[in-house]
This record gives sequence, C-alpha cells and structure tokens, in this order.
Amino acid sequence: MKKRITKLMALLLTTSMLVPMTACSTGGNEAKSDEHVLNIWCWNDEFQSRFNDYYPEVKKVSKDKSKTYLKDGTVVKWTINENKGNNYQNKLDEALAAQDDKDDNEKIDIFLIEADYALKYVNSSATLDVVKDVGLTKKDLGDQYQYTKDIVTTKGVQKATSWQAAPGLFAYRRSVAKQVLGTDDPVEVQKSLSDWNKFNEVAGKAKSAGFQMLSGYDDSFRVFSNNVKQPWVKGDTVTVDKNIMEWVKQTKEFTDKGYNNKTSLWNDAWSKDQGPDGKVFGFFYSTWGINFTLMKNSLADPDGKAQVGNGAFGDWAVCEGPAPYYWGGSWLCAAKGTDDKKEIKDIMRKLTCDKNIMKKMTENPEIQDYTNTVSGMEEIAKDPNFGSEFLGGQNHVALFSESANKIDMSNTSKYDQGCNEKIQTAMKDYFDGKVSLDKAKKNFETSIKETYPTIKKVEWPNE
Amino acid sequence: MKENKTKKYRRDKHGKWGYVFILPFFLTFAIFQFIPLASTIYYSFFEYYRDGLDVIGPKFVGLRNYVELFGADLPKYLGNTFILWIIGFIPQIVVSLVLAAWFTDERLKIKGKQFFKVVIYMPNLIMASAFSMLFFALFSDIGPINSFLVSSGFVKEPVRFLSSVIGARGLIALMNFLMWFGNTTILLMAAVMGISPSLFEAAQLDGCNHRQIFFKITLPSIRPILVYVFITSMIGGLQMFDVPQILTGGAGSPNRTTTTMIMFLNNHLYSKNNGMAGAVSVVLFVICAVLCLAVYKTSDPAGENK
Amino acid sequence: MNSKNGLKAGGLRKLIAYIVLIILAFLCLFFFYILIINSTRNHAQIQQGFSAVPGKAFMKNFNNVLNDANVPIVSGIKNSFVISACSAALAVYFSALTAYGLYAYDFKLKKPAFVFILLILVMPTQVSALGFLRLVKSIPFMKDNLLPLIVPSIAAPAVFYFMYSYMQSSLPMELVEAARIDGCSEFKTFNRVVMPILKPALAVQAIFVFVSSWNNYFMPALVIDRKELKTLPILIASLRGADFLKFDMGKVYMLIMLAIVPIIIVYILLSKYIVAGVALGGVKE
Repeated sequence: MKKRITKLMALLLTTSMLVPMTACSTGGNEAKSDEHVLNIWCWNDEFQSRFNDYYPEVKKVSKDKSKTYLKDGTVVKWTINENKGNNYQNKLDEALAAQDDKDDNEKIDIFLIEADYALKYVNSSATLDVVKDVGLTKKDLGDQYQYTKDIVTTKGVQKATSWQAAPGLFAYRRSVAKQVLGTDDPVEVQKSLSDWNKFNEVAGKAKSAGFQMLSGYDDSFRVFSNNVKQPWVKGDTVTVDKNIMEWVKQTKEFTDKGYNNKTSLWNDAWSKDQGPDGKVFGFFYSTWGINFTLMKNSLADPDGKAQVGNGAFGDWAVCEGPAPYYWGGSWLCAAKGTDDKKEIKDIMRKLTCDKNIMKKMTENPEIQDYTNTVSGMEEIAKDPNFGSEFLGGQNHVALFSESANKIDMSNTSKYDQGCNEKIQTAMKDYFDGKVSLDKAKKNFETSIKETYPTIKKVEWPNE
Repeated sequence: MKENKTKKYRRDKHGKWGYVFILPFFLTFAIFQFIPLASTIYYSFFEYYRDGLDVIGPKFVGLRNYVELFGADLPKYLGNTFILWIIGFIPQIVVSLVLAAWFTDERLKIKGKQFFKVVIYMPNLIMASAFSMLFFALFSDIGPINSFLVSSGFVKEPVRFLSSVIGARGLIALMNFLMWFGNTTILLMAAVMGISPSLFEAAQLDGCNHRQIFFKITLPSIRPILVYVFITSMIGGLQMFDVPQILTGGAGSPNRTTTTMIMFLNNHLYSKNNGMAGAVSVVLFVICAVLCLAVYKTSDPAGENK
Repeated sequence: MNSKNGLKAGGLRKLIAYIVLIILAFLCLFFFYILIINSTRNHAQIQQGFSAVPGKAFMKNFNNVLNDANVPIVSGIKNSFVISACSAALAVYFSALTAYGLYAYDFKLKKPAFVFILLILVMPTQVSALGFLRLVKSIPFMKDNLLPLIVPSIAAPAVFYFMYSYMQSSLPMELVEAARIDGCSEFKTFNRVVMPILKPALAVQAIFVFVSSWNNYFMPALVIDRKELKTLPILIASLRGADFLKFDMGKVYMLIMLAIVPIIIVYILLSKYIVAGVALGGVKE
C-alpha cells in the first residue's frame, strides 16, 4: 500500500507536468494564415443557430459548431461565453480593450448585446455606426420597428441592429376571465384592462372570485419601467421615475390584499401558477415567452402532445394590457477595428433587414421568433389562416404588431441593467413586509452606488 | 528535552536544506499571488474603476476609499459574516468531533462504519450552485418542506424561508453545515488515527471510560489539527461567498442581512472598482490576519514554533 | 462491575450513534437522490418544483446533452480531470515538501516564512483575481491553455498548513534521523520515509483539492475563453444561460449528474486510504 500511493503520486506528478503541455500543443487550432476569419462573440447559441440556419452564404458547419464555413471561403469563428456573474461582458470588455493589438483574424468583428446594457456599448467608441461605417442604408433599416432602433441609437447614430422584436402582451386564462369578467373575448377583456386603474379594479374582482390577478412581485415591472418619462440616470444622478413608484405602490397593494401569490419570476411557484391548477388571471409575457415558456408550463402532461385537452392548452388568450412594453431581444454590433465590414454588412442586411429571410424564421414552428420587419409581420397579422391553437385560435401576431409600434424606448441609459435589478431586489423586502419603504429606498441607494461608482445621488419623486 | 537536542542537531547540519524544500512554494507564490496582491493593495489608494467601457483613473486619492468604507455599512457586513459562520461552525465542529470519536473508537463497534465514513463527505462533491438549486426546490413556498409543515398543522401559510432573516441565515448555515461537516470529520479522523494506539490501550488498561479518553487523550493529541480546523474554518467563514451569493441571488437579502464581506467585495467588482475592492480586501486581510494570529498564539502556549 | 456498567452505557451510546449516523447519512444521500430524480424529469416538470417520483425523460435528457455540439462533454470531463488531478498532485506534494522544510529543519528565516504562509492563507481568491488575470494573460506560455489553472496550486497555503499540523502530531524526528544514519539523502528521506507516513494526510488533502478544483467555476470562467478548454462547471453554467428555445433544466440536471460521476469514482478510489484506517502507530513504536 505504501508503494502504491508513492507510485500514484509519482504518476500524478509526471502527468501534471506533461499533460497540460501536450494539451496546449494539440489543442491550439490557430487558423491557417491564409484563412479569412470572422469572429463573432455572444453569450449563448441563439444567434449561432439563426445564422447557421438562415444565412444564405453558409456552406457548412463544423462538427462541434465552433466554426461556420461560408461559400466565399470565410471562416466564422464563434466565441460563446455564458453571462453568469457578468462573465460575458467582462470578457468582451477585455477583448475590446485589446482589439488594437490583435491580428485581423483575431479581432472581434461582430458581438451581440442585450437591451438592458446596450447603451454601455452603443455610447462607446467600440461599436461602429451601422449606416455610415458598415454601410447599411436608411432603406435597409426602414422596415425595422422603431423601438428596436431607439434602444441602440445615440445622438442620432444607430450602432446595432436586431432580427428580433419582442413586444409584450398580457396573456390571460380564458376560463378565469369568464368567471371574473363574464367574457373571454380578447377585445372585451382588453376594454376592462386598458389602463392601470381598470386593471387594479379587475384585480379586486378576481380576488373575490377566488383568483389572483398576478403571480408575483416583478410580473408588471417591465410594463411600468418601459413607460418612464426620463432615463434612469443623468450625469451622476439616478432619478427614480414616478412610474417606478407606481409599480411599487401597486405591488405593495396587491401583496397586502392578496391579489398576487408573492412569487418571483422564474421560480417554481411562478411556473406552477401557469400550469393547469394555476389560479392566476394572467401574466405579462412577450413574444418568445407565450408560445414556449407559458405553453410548456400550461400542460398537464409535459411528455404528451401539446394540444387542446392537455392541461390549460387552448385556455389562454392575449390582449394588449394597460401599456405597451417589450421584453427581451438581442442586437448585433460591429466592433471597431474590424477589417471585415463588407461581410458584416452582408450578414446584418440579410439577417436583420431582409423581410423574406426573417419571415421564414417567424413561420418556422420550432422558432416562431417575432422578427424585426414591420411589413412582414403585418402580412402575417392579416393572414386569416394564421392563428395559435394554444391561444384558442387567436392571431397573436396581429396584436404584437400593433403593440410593437407603440413601444417608446427613447428614455434609456447605460445603467438600466443595474437600476432595474437593484430596485426590484430592494423593494422585495418592502413587499415582504420586512422593511419600511424608506429602508428599502436606502438599500436601493446603497446597492446602486456600489454597482456603479459613477453614481453619487439618488432622487426620488415627490409623493 | 529530547526535542532540544534534535533541534540543535537540525540547525547545525541540515539547515540549508530547509530553503531548498520551501523554494518551489515561495517562488510560485511570489509570481502568481504576490504580484496580483501587491497591485490590489496599491490600487486601494486610488480611484480606479470602469464606467461602461471607459476606464476612470487611476487617480491617487489617499485614504478616501477607506474613509468611505467605514462610512458605509462595513461593520454590518462583518457582523453578518461572523453570525453566518458561527451558526454553521458550532454544529459542525461538535458533530465532527463526535463522529471522529465514534469512528475511531475501537470498543464502539459500529457496523457499516466504512459506509458512513464515505457518505458524510459526499455532499461536498455537489457543486454549490447545484446544491442550492436543490435547496430552492426543497424549501420553496410549494416545496415538500412547506407541504409537510402545512399538512401537519405546524403552520397555516407556507413559510417563506428566504424572505425572513432567520430563515435565510438558517438555510445558509444548514447548507454550509451539510457541505462541510464531512470534510471536518475526515480531517479530525485522520488526526485521531495518527495518535499511537498504545496510548489508547494504556488508557483502557487504566480503566478510563470513553469520555475520559476523549478529553484526556484524544483532544490534547489532536490539538494541532483542531487549531488547523478552527483557523481554516474561520478563514473559510470570513471568506464565505458562494452559498449566500447563490441562495440569495447575489442580493444578500432580506435587508442585506446575509451580505457577507466577500459579497460586499464582489459588488464592487461589478464595475471593476479596483479602488474600493482593494480597500475592502485590505481591511478583510487585516481582520483575518489578526484573528488568525491571535488564535494561533493562544492555542500554541508551548511555543512549539520558536 | 466496572465492565458491566460500561457495557450498558456502551449499548445506549451505540444506539445514539446509529440514530445520528443514519439521519446524517440520509441527509447526505437524499440530495443525490433528488439529483438523480431530476435528471429523469423534463424541463416543465422541474420548473414546477420538487418531486420524489422519477419522470420518464432520462434517455431524452441524456441524448439531448450528448447531442448538443455546443456542450463538448467529453473534452469538458477531460479538462476538468487534467486540472483537478494535476492541481491535487502538485498541491499535496509541494505543500508536504514545504511543510517538511519548515518542520524538520532549522534556519534563520524559518519563523518569518511560517508566519508569512499563515498570513497568505487568509487572502480570498477574489481579492487578487483581477491582477491574476492580467498577469497570466501576459505570460506567453500560459496563453490559451490550462496551465494558469494548474501551476499556481504549487503554493497552496491551506494544504501546507494541514501537512505541517499533521507532522506536528504524527511525524517523530527520530525516524528522520534514523534514515539519515542509514545514509539516505535529504530528498530520499523525504520521498521514501516521510511521504509514506503522511499517506492519510496526503490522501485527505488530495481529495479536498481535487474536489474543490473540479467544482470551481470562478477562476476557470475568468481564464478560459476557448470552447475546447472549458471545464464542466462552465458547461453547466452555459446550459443554464441558454436562450428560451433551448433552456432545459432536464439537460442541466443531466449534465450535473454526468459531472458528478467521475468525481464520485475518484473519491471512492481515494477514500479507501481514509476509511481503511491507516494506523500510524506501527511506525511510531
């Protein structure tokens, strides 16, 4: 036994010296010098799938998907780093800072961003003007939803472009609506929910009928935060908009009166509330959430076929709700320093401006992306044959396309991610009854200043 | 007496070998830890962070970061950290000592000893993030613990564990306990096994009972390892991060009562705030160092390390 | 009389021991049970909470994980294994060496060196992470490989401190002297005489280092960019960060399961050295 462990140790020691060495010599798959490489960075493989499936220039995809070969010989190299603990942004920031010192084949050419932190990149010099630098025309971009351009526009310059739009709606249980309002017709239900006062009134009715209006604390947050009168941050000051405080007021009232189930987005109780036994009137969900997340959650037998009769399938419908909002979406940026503007332009044009390609994504039942083409979506909206069985035959695209035009995202700041997260965290203690409103406000101030050292002051609206 | 003789002998003849033996360690440390460490301390006197993609600073600000730190809730987070550590550590050390004594007690013939010894460390094999996912499911509003509590009539409404101070701290301590008591038991067991069996035999012949053996022989003999366990656990406690971070989604909620020192430090890393993060690190370092040396000194009255 | 009382008390003590051990063992194994159960359930079922009954999706989850080209599980296991095994070997060997250097020899800088290591023991990784990253990116032969995650484990203060404490309680200097008298060189003495005595300590610390580096997410995520080098915790995190179409908790739990199997094997293999009860008494007498 003595010998064994000594031998084991010796073996391990030798391998520990040798293996990493060989690992690095075999693992290095440096591109051949004559290869033309296009580097794309993202945090998951969503865009990679769209690219491989819908970009017409794709010739073949390598077995491990790390590379996509284009017809003209260009090799697209994918760098995917998940964003847990801000990992993706940290790596991206490092790489962008070192961009100038790298060979052309190592430079980032395209990277993807999300709305909540879009301005961090859009406001910087790390991104190119998609019109002047990359070469897309106003005509190319003309068919995109305005809000998807506003989010990534700074001082009149558009710095990114997206193939998706993610307008949100209010998805409600038809059977519950019938009991509470006497009707499940989307037009009639919308009339009862068209502003927050009416919405709150219905919440009371739902309660007396034995239901909750919403599931948790953060369900309505985006509907309020997307309709603020001013950006979160100007200079070194956070200004909390009145509408945010409206959300606080409403949620506290809902919690105290039992109009919600005190859940949080994505937790098990929240998902269960969407299931067949759920007692919740409805959920604020955007394009992607309705036909996938909500649909899957609503089934009684998730292994069975998704059809009427399986749980709450078919018992849902959508209406616009009290205010327009969006939830989700990814944007493509062209990185400064790239030598592949021509290729970038082609990718952006075909995947984010080409109506026919994008319509195909929407029509693919496996994807159903709500795509960023106003006219394309309107065509589907007017199609009498298009309807969702899950929503009882309703044509939800029609509602989406109406709602998407009303979204106004001109009031954003590059600190939105932190502000949105921290205010929800801080207020949760208040909703739970653990702290006073003043203490919750103080906690928000503390954590926002920690997150962004730039911020020195927080101003609250006068009550 | 014998000790002294050998010590002299060691210094005379072989002393220089000591340097050779410790060289790789110190060389590696100097390169991979000291340089980064030095820059951490250095930047704690600067204003140096990221605003979006722009780098602000470094601008020398003297002690401003430290002043700000003590103006912030630093003592509160230190208190949180200490409480979270102590409510996890006390059950852990007690259980581990008892288990180590049982496992090594020849007279207490426990069947399946091997099995128990192997099993107690196994929770540590699960990643903290996976572990906490399971905890969420178990202790959620609709989880099995709550269904049990409600159906057996202990409570009327589901207990929202993570929304209350006691619940959140309790769960963190419980998870830390489950993850680490096996580890501690193994360490203590290894130490007890290092004690010469003849000592136990002699004690048994003298008619000592297990309690006397435990307090008179086992405990004093494993003192170095006990001190080790105490110090490393204290350091681990002061550095507590992943369990509360994941369990509270990084919020340290409710009302920041589960925000530990390292979580506080981590909040500053979001904007790569080298200045404040550096200052937190230095303060943390000083506190740890003072506590550890104090523990080490008090537990080493014989001055074996002179 | 004495023995009679002892027997009675012993019986009660034994009963208590069994009850406590069974409860603890249940708690420990219970989490593995839910892990396994969850790997047999599909996404929607897991999302809606706990269940003690298995689902029917085991094979589906298994195939989904294996067929996801963006989750290179084989290379993930390989990378995790290389890092963990090498770190464990380097950490225990060099820490034992260092501990022995400070324990067995007397030299001028002995005390300062000891205090110094104790001091660095208290530095959390987060503190120097940013500087560490900057440093390894600037060392040419550490670029784009696993070395930055392996080599630094040579300086493992916690392992050192354990080895030192262990030597204090279990390594008599007489043995070393005897070896010297037999004509062993200093290194030979360490490798042939001291190392075997340290066996339980080495095994214990090797397990600890192996497990913590196997489950480590923070540092690898910071250092590794390229897919071929990603470790299991990074792959699990990337599954959890998947987009709405592909986000599948069934897959996540399946990967967690797959990640846990190799480490259980390593643990069981090494735990032999712990549970066998390697008594050192023989050496001491």
